[in-house]
Amino acid sequence: MLLLTCPHCGPRDEREFVYGGPSAAKRPDDAGGISEEAWIEHLTVPPNPVGAVAEHWWHARGCGEWIEVSRDTATHDLGGTGG
Amino acid sequence: MAGFGGRMPAGGRIDRSRPVSFEFNGRQHQGFAGDTVASALLAAGERITARSFKYHRPRGIIGGWTEEPGTFVEVLGAGASANQPATALAVADGMKVRSVNCWPSPKFDLGAVNQLYAGLIPAGFYYKTFFRPGWRFYEPLIRRAAGLAGAPAAPPAEGRFETRDWHCDVLVAGGGPAGLAAALAAARAGVRVLLADDGHEFGGSLLDRNLMLDSAPGAEWAAQAVRELAGMSNVVLLRDSLVWAYREHNLILVCERKPARRGLIERNWRVRAETAVLATGATERMLLFGGNDRPGVMLASAVQRYVNRHAVRPGRRAVVFTNNDSAYMAAADMAAAGIDVAAVVDCRSEASPAALRLLSDVEMLPGRQVVRALGSRGVRAVEVAKRGGGGMRRIPCDLLAVSGGWNPSVQLWSQSRGGINYSENIAAYAPAKAAQAAECVGAASGAFSLAEALAQGAQAGARAASRSSAGAETVELPRVETEEPCGIEPLWESHSAAREQDCFVDIFNDVTVRDLRIAVSEGFGAAEHAKRYTTAGMGLDQGRTGGMNVYGSLARLRDVGIADVGVTTYRPPVAPVSFGAVAGMKEGPLVLPYRHTPVTRWNIEAGAVMYEAGARWRRPGYYPAAGETMQEAVNREARAVRGGVGIYDGSPLGTFEVKGADAARLMDFVYTNRMATLKAGEGRYGVMLTDDGLVFDDGVCFRLGECRFLVSTSTANAELVRRHLEKILAVERPEWDARITDLTCQWMNATICGPRAREVVSALGTDVDLDPSAFPFMSIRDGTVAGVPARIARVSFTGELSFEINVRARDMAALWSAAISAGRAHGIEPVGSETSHVLRVEKGFVSIGHEVDGTADPFDLGMGWVMSMDKGDFIGRASVMIRRGAGEPRRELVGILTKDRGRTLSEGAPLTPGGRKEATEGFVTASVWSVVKERPVALAMLMDGRSRIGGTAFARELDEIVEAEIVPPVFHGPRGERLRR
Repeated sequence: MLLLTCPHCGPRDEREFVYGGPSAAKRPDDAGGISEEAWIEHLTVPPNPVGAVAEHWWHARGCGEWIEVSRDTATHDLGGTGG
Repeated sequence: MAGFGGRMPAGGRIDRSRPVSFEFNGRQHQGFAGDTVASALLAAGERITARSFKYHRPRGIIGGWTEEPGTFVEVLGAGASANQPATALAVADGMKVRSVNCWPSPKFDLGAVNQLYAGLIPAGFYYKTFFRPGWRFYEPLIRRAAGLAGAPAAPPAEGRFETRDWHCDVLVAGGGPAGLAAALAAARAGVRVLLADDGHEFGGSLLDRNLMLDSAPGAEWAAQAVRELAGMSNVVLLRDSLVWAYREHNLILVCERKPARRGLIERNWRVRAETAVLATGATERMLLFGGNDRPGVMLASAVQRYVNRHAVRPGRRAVVFTNNDSAYMAAADMAAAGIDVAAVVDCRSEASPAALRLLSDVEMLPGRQVVRALGSRGVRAVEVAKRGGGGMRRIPCDLLAVSGGWNPSVQLWSQSRGGINYSENIAAYAPAKAAQAAECVGAASGAFSLAEALAQGAQAGARAASRSSAGAETVELPRVETEEPCGIEPLWESHSAAREQDCFVDIFNDVTVRDLRIAVSEGFGAAEHAKRYTTAGMGLDQGRTGGMNVYGSLARLRDVGIADVGVTTYRPPVAPVSFGAVAGMKEGPLVLPYRHTPVTRWNIEAGAVMYEAGARWRRPGYYPAAGETMQEAVNREARAVRGGVGIYDGSPLGTFEVKGADAARLMDFVYTNRMATLKAGEGRYGVMLTDDGLVFDDGVCFRLGECRFLVSTSTANAELVRRHLEKILAVERPEWDARITDLTCQWMNATICGPRAREVVSALGTDVDLDPSAFPFMSIRDGTVAGVPARIARVSFTGELSFEINVRARDMAALWSAAISAGRAHGIEPVGSETSHVLRVEKGFVSIGHEVDGTADPFDLGMGWVMSMDKGDFIGRASVMIRRGAGEPRRELVGILTKDRGRTLSEGAPLTPGGRKEATEGFVTASVWSVVKERPVALAMLMDGRSRIGGTAFARELDEIVEAEIVPPVFHGPRGERLRR
C-alpha cells in the first residue's frame, strides 16, 4: 500500500487512488496522421522498466485530479509528482 | 498423569489468587491467570497434546510462544477461533479448546496408522500419486485427513472487529528490553510513539530469564519503563498486539488481540510510521536427532520460560542438548527450579568458561551429541554418543531441553525488503541493508546480550526520534549484572544417516532430513524449491524452529555453503491473524455497500424483487403480483410498455455536465459521432471508444448551451467514463477549457414510456409543451413537472415513446408517487431491470456487458454510421481504421430465432459451425421471451453474421444442439416510428 503525494492534497494512502498506467509519450495530435506502425507502437508498448517510471494516478477519492508520479518498479521509491 | 513435573509451590508471574478452569479435549483442567494453555497443560502433566499433520505422530508442547511447531488448538464456543498455538493462547475461565489434527483424541488417534506407512509417504508423494484423474478429486479427502481446524461455523456470537488507521513518528515492534529502551528514548524526545508487543505482558525475555539490572530483577526495570511510557500522552502502548505485516512506505499492520473496549473482539491497526524500530527478538531452534519430535523434547528457552514465568516444571529429570552457551543459562534456571539436570550434552569440544561456571553438580558431556530420543509416548531416555561415533550411552530422563542456536526474528525486516546475510558468528541470518526507514535492534539484529540490546534500542529510538524532532535525549541505561555467554558452533547433522527419517526439520509439517535428501536428489535443492517440494516451512509456525536446519541440511547434502542454498521469502502474516481482524468492519452489508435511489423504499413496499444492477446500485428486477411467476410478471410489465404505459427508475445511469469553451471539442474527441453541430436543446445517441478502437460506452449526449453538454453513460461505466474524460483533460489535452461535474447522484430520473406516456406526463402537470412538433425525439427541455423543477429528455431505451423526467434527488420520491397516481387511470406499471432487458433486446439496442464486451467496434455492432469520418481525429478512430483496413472476418451482431418456437437459448451459449465441438464462431449475448413476437428471441455475436442472415446457426446447449435462424437484430419497430411519435 503506497503512500502517494498528491500535489493538491499532500501525502495520501494508495486506497484513495486509481492506477492509470505508465505515462507513455504524449498522444499524437492526430492519431490518423502518423504511420500505422508508430500508432500501434504508441498503443501497445508502454514503458515497463525495472526502475523509475512515470505513471498516472487518479486521485479518485480525493481531489479528483490526475497526477503524474515517478515510481521505481523495483523498490517503490517515489520521485516527484506533478499535476 | 502425575510424574512429569507439575506446578512449583511458589514463584512465577501467574496470579495464584485467580484460578481458572478450562476444558481441553473434553477434560477439565485448572490453571491460573497468567497461564497459557500450554503452561497449564504442562502443569497438569499432559504430555501428548497433539497429533502431527501428516503421520499423526504424538506430539507435546515444544516451544514457549509463537515458534511452537507441535500443539495447535481450536477454540470452541462463542469466541471460536481456529489453529492457535497452545503456547501463545492465554487461558480464560470457561474456555473450551480442542487439539487439531486428531480424532477422536491425541492419545488415541485413529489417523496414527499413517505412521506405519510413513515410509510410503515421502516428499513429493502427493504430487506423484494423485495426479490422475486430478488433484481436485483427491484434495478434499486429503485435506480432511490432514485436518487443520476448519473455519468456525458461525460468526462470533457477540462483538465485532474493527480497523483503525494511525500515524506515528516511531513504531516500535516488540516490548522486550531493546524495544522498551527504544520506546523510552523516542518518547522522551516528545515524538509520537506506538509500541506494540504480542505478549500478554511487556518485558519480553526479561520475564523469561533471571537477569539482574541495577541489582534488581530485569522484570522490575521493564515494569518501571512501562509505567513511564503509560504516563506519556505521546505514547500508544499495545499489549497482546502482533505486528504482523510490514508493507510499502512504512505501512505496518498491528493486530490488537485484546482491545479494552467492550464488544470489540480485535482491532487491526494500519499504521504509517515515519520510522520503524524492529525489536522482535530471536527464536531458538531445534537440533537434529532421531525422534526430535517426541513429547518431552522441548526448546531449552521454552523450558526456561515455563519455570520462570509460569512456575511449571515440564519434567523431573532433564538432559540438555546444545551447540551453544545459552542453554547453560537455561540449565541453571532449570536446576534452580528443582529439575534434576542429569547431563549437558554439548556438541562442541568445550563450552565457554563463563557458561561452565553457571552449573555445578551437573555432568558435562562435551564433544557428544544426542543420537535419538527413546519412548514412543514421551521421552524415557536419550542415547548419547561421541561425535563421529563411539561411546554410546543411554541416559534416562523425561525431558530433553534442546538449543540449536538462535535465529534473529527478521520476518518483519525481510517483509520490508531489508536484506539479510548469513552470519558465521551466530550461525543464522541477520539483518543487512535497510530498504525502508527501519532499524533492527537487540536480538533481532543478531546482538544476543542484554547490554547490547538495551544500548542498541536506546540509540535507535533516539535516532528515529531525531528524524521527526530536534529534542532527542539520551536515556540512562541500567547496568547489566548477569554474565551472558553466547558462543555457538553450528550443528546441521544428526549423529548418523540411519536416523534421517525420524530427524524432523519441520515438525509441524512432518518433514524429515530424508525428505530433504529426496528433494535434493530430484533437483529441488534450492531453498525455495525444497520448501515447495517438501512443504518444509509452510506450516502455521512458518518453520521458525526448523528453517535454519533446512538450509543447513540442504547445504550439507549438496556440499555447498549455507548462503549458496538461498533463503525463502518471508510474507505476511508473521503469525496467524484472524480473518475478522483483516476484514475489520467490512462484514455483511458493509463489505460492498449498496447504493440506493430514493425509490428503493417504494420498490420494497411494492414487493419488488431487488437486484444489484451495476456499480452497486440496488434496483428492482421485477414486480411480481400475488401468485405470479417471474416470467409472468416480466411479460405483464413489458406488455404495459408496448401497449400502454410503464415507468422505470433510471437514476443509476451516469450523468455528467461538461462545461467550458472547449466542451464541444471534447465531446467531438470522445464520441465517435459529431456533437459540436448540435443546437442547444438537442441530443444525439453517441458511442465512446477506447484508443484501441473498441466500444467502451454508449449513451445520449445533449447540448444545453453553447458551452454546456449533458453526458449520460451506462450505469456500470459511470466512474470509468468520468476517469476517461478527466484523464483526457489532464493528460492529452491540458490546454482545453472544460470541466466535468458528476451529476449522477444529484439528478434522479423517472422514465415514463409507452404509447400513452404523453398522457401521463400531461396528467402529472407540466409547463413544457409536449407536442412532438415543439418537443421532438432527442431533445431536452427545462420546466416543472408535478410542481417541482425538472428537465425532461426525449430519449428511448425501449423503442417506445419515452419521457425521461429528471428531478433533484430530494424530489424524486414525490415525483415517483405522483407519476404512479397520475398513471393509474392509464394502467401504468412499474418496470424492473428484467423487463428493461426484454424491451431493449426486442428493439435491438446493444447493452454494455452483453454485446459490448470490450472486443467489438461500432461496425461489428452494425453501427458503422456512428463513426463520423469528417470531423478530424477522435479517440479510437485510427485503430478502427487499421482494423477495417485489414479486412479480417469479424463477429457481428445478429438476431437469432430458434427453429423450435418453444426453445429458449441460454445467454452465453456458444455458437459453433454445424454445432460441432470445435472453435466457437460466436455466442448468444442476450435471450428473452418477446411479448411482441410471442416467442423467444435472442441476440448474438456471430462470425460474418450480417452476410449470413437467412442462414442457420447452431447453439451448443448443455443438453442438445439447438438450430436457429439468423435474422436482423431488430424484432420490434425497425424504423423507429414508435419512439418518435
